[in-house]
Amino acid sequence: MSKCHVTATINGDEVEYLCEPEETLLDVLRDQLFLTGSKEGCGSGDCGACSVMLDGRLVCACLVLGAEAQGRKVETIEGMAHGETLHPLQEKFLEHAALQCGVCTPGVLVAAKALLDRNPDPTETEVRYWLAGNLCRCTGYDKIIRAVMDTAAEMRGN
Amino acid sequence: MAPMDGGGHDLKWVGKRPVRPDGVDKVTGRARFGADYNMAGQLVGRVLRSPHAHAVIKSIDTSAAEKVPGVKAVITRDDIPDQPPEPVTVGEMSVNFSDLIRNVLAREKVLYDGHAVAAVAATSAKAAREALKLIKVDYQPLPHVLDVEEAMRPDAPVLHDNLFTEGADPPADKPSNIAKRIEFTLGDVAVGFEQAEVVLERSYKTEPVHQGYIEPHACVASVTEDGQGELWCSTQGHFVVRAICARMIGMDISALRVTASEIGGGFGGKTVVYLEPLALALSKKAGHPVKMVMTRSEVFRATGPTSGATIRVKIGATKDGRITAGEAEMAYLAGAFPGSPVNPGCMCAFAPYDLENVWVVGYDVVSNRPKVAAYRAPGAPISEYAVESLIDEVADEIGMDPIDFRLKNAAKQGTHAAYGPKFGPIGMIDTLKAIKESEHYNTPLGPNQGRGVGSGFWFNIGGETCVSLNISEDGTATLMAGTPDIGGSRATLSQMAAEELGIDYDKVRPIIGDTSSLGYTFLTGGSRVTFSSGMATVQAAQEVIKELCARAAKIWDIPAEAVTWEDGEARPAGDNAGKFDPLSLEELAASAGKTGGPITGYASINAQGAGPGFGTHLVDVEVDKETGRVTVLRYTVAQDAGKAIHPSYVEGQYQGGAVQGIGWALNEEYIYGDDGLMQNPGFLDYRMPVASDVPMVDTVIVEVPNPNHPYGVRGVGETPIVPPLGAIANAVSHAVGVRMHELPMSPPKVLEAVGGAANGAGD
Repeated sequence: MSKCHVTATINGDEVEYLCEPEETLLDVLRDQLFLTGSKEGCGSGDCGACSVMLDGRLVCACLVLGAEAQGRKVETIEGMAHGETLHPLQEKFLEHAALQCGVCTPGVLVAAKALLDRNPDPTETEVRYWLAGNLCRCTGYDKIIRAVMDTAAEMRGN
Repeated sequence: MAPMDGGGHDLKWVGKRPVRPDGVDKVTGRARFGADYNMAGQLVGRVLRSPHAHAVIKSIDTSAAEKVPGVKAVITRDDIPDQPPEPVTVGEMSVNFSDLIRNVLAREKVLYDGHAVAAVAATSAKAAREALKLIKVDYQPLPHVLDVEEAMRPDAPVLHDNLFTEGADPPADKPSNIAKRIEFTLGDVAVGFEQAEVVLERSYKTEPVHQGYIEPHACVASVTEDGQGELWCSTQGHFVVRAICARMIGMDISALRVTASEIGGGFGGKTVVYLEPLALALSKKAGHPVKMVMTRSEVFRATGPTSGATIRVKIGATKDGRITAGEAEMAYLAGAFPGSPVNPGCMCAFAPYDLENVWVVGYDVVSNRPKVAAYRAPGAPISEYAVESLIDEVADEIGMDPIDFRLKNAAKQGTHAAYGPKFGPIGMIDTLKAIKESEHYNTPLGPNQGRGVGSGFWFNIGGETCVSLNISEDGTATLMAGTPDIGGSRATLSQMAAEELGIDYDKVRPIIGDTSSLGYTFLTGGSRVTFSSGMATVQAAQEVIKELCARAAKIWDIPAEAVTWEDGEARPAGDNAGKFDPLSLEELAASAGKTGGPITGYASINAQGAGPGFGTHLVDVEVDKETGRVTVLRYTVAQDAGKAIHPSYVEGQYQGGAVQGIGWALNEEYIYGDDGLMQNPGFLDYRMPVASDVPMVDTVIVEVPNPNHPYGVRGVGETPIVPPLGAIANAVSHAVGVRMHELPMSPPKVLEAVGGAANGAGD
């Protein structure tokens, strides 16, 4: 079978690529576009390390085919900071030491941003359930949850 | 000299919470982990794995696979030379290469579901997959054994015909699955039990659990025509990987340069090799670099986990709460090859307590499961779970508060541990008191809720360590350590370097050096990094300071001894030394070329005197008696850190350990079918805690300085996973009014226990 020709907008830039029909969006991001910030922890949508936004919706890039991104907007961890300015979530994760090994961090940040974009004032329970699809084995989640709550408060101007 | 905590000296960086030096890379996706690196012209490597739990490999035919277009190399047992079954010293480790080679690539038999049988390298993943399908392996299936007790039976299927129980008395006359018997004795338990007024004896069981790092194993290897090798991999110890791979592949150690990638969690599971020798062998055969990455299913089936075990514990105590004797007998699953952590399990079992009479026996047992790898305080959570459960039951039996009971028996400075040494200053009692005084311990519980306490001990280690510290021309510093940074150690090492040199933390740039850039450095494990690499960092900084003082002396034309280093500058030591304006590190660095050349410090040490770690955990749970679900409501950890260099990362270790322990206690287990194949090799069915499963984890950092470290550091990474199992078991027991003796306390088991209690009460 021949490769699929795909045009997509990734982190604001129009990108063209060829992919095998069975290749995932995660494979394309990592192996073709060298956007290796999205991680493959499971390949089955259970760990959330490959979380990206697809047309404004939070998805696991390992569960989306590369070909499905045709004509759509993809946002990854690489697009989260603006120039030299980190997103407030990124700042707070550093301040709170909300990461240890850091491999789950890109996915957690993308997911947390998706939450705050739709709910600027989440409760602790809401944050915990929203991030339940992002596995972290190092932190026990405590500092991650605090960092997200603190970011939300700061972004609300509290 | 470096100031000790509490020495009246203001610490500028140590004990503070600066942003980690690798932080921005980690929150922007730039940080390069194992699978994020590529070499030009690399091939894709894939592994063929056993579909049987136990089978003889009669033949392997790779001819069809080799013909697939794009396939550049196929390797099997014939491509890695065998080695004799004797332990070989590799750095500080003792490695049985015969077993290791057989685990990396099966030879006579496959010994577990997922055991590697062959590997291919091809120009595409598609070609590699196609080739794997065409490798013909003729298996003769054999009966298998998974359970520890069944594996120990005389009629069990035997995995290794050459395995005779070491330490058996009388000596074993036929092979069995019991690889080793060990024994520790202190005093005389018979006398101790005689003195006891209460004696309880129980049996416990735990299941194998995986370390569960989110990053699967990954590496890229390149072996060139002149026999030089390069290896990039996710590992806790690239020097150890180098030593093992060089020997397996038949290379000079110095001909192999290993770079540790950023590592996406290890917890002990990345202290061993799986893919690395295969990638090197494939690259050597193919003449191209080879990249290999495991799937999650491969990680579960073929790496880690830690042991499951059965443990019998017997404790005797007087009615006023003095333990008179402790006895334990435990059998640990090693997986397919000998080497379970039963030895540390035995040594740690009663270590939190000051006992006169202890007798502990352990068995290392092989079965048709993946070979176990280290997992955070290897062996200790298992044995201490059993002991902490029974300690709690004895406290209930004599009607004593569980913390008071532990306080009455707690190990302290001068305690002679059953496994040998006499403890120096330790914080066991302090952690118990911290929990007892906590608001948490003094808050009432609701219905169906239970509270549990558990304590824990882990040795912590030091070991061979190198650090270099180079002063740049502008007075900034680059710090190179050989211990991969998993949880913030570049921050703690930079803090210590900045503190010593008297420069800003931001002026120290730390990196993890590859194996060709530093002397042999043992791996990140044993909670040794902040202790050992910290000690080496301080020594390297002292060497730099000595040199800086010598340079200032040269400029001032006074003896070097007449110069001191304070607040980041050289000053005349006193009025007798003469009157000179201080020279800053920046000034001395700028003029280094004229005063004798570059200023550098290097420390190569074998760090000794790691301080033992003690912790006490407190947990509240609620049990849903209809579903058997256990909800952890509240959790507090108190642990002795010696000195917290970066308190946030110390807290992070405590919190992460507690939550891993929650998973171990409540949910995680390897599930096998009757066919001996793993049924839950994925995160959906191997259920690790997610954010909505757990509460915040409160922490109390106790600081009893370790006198052997310049800042008082003792390791903190492993101890936090020791107490949770017992603490949670005790909490569940108190919530449902029935003692549970098996982990995980998953809903079906809790439901059964609750139902049993209800029947027993005539409900």
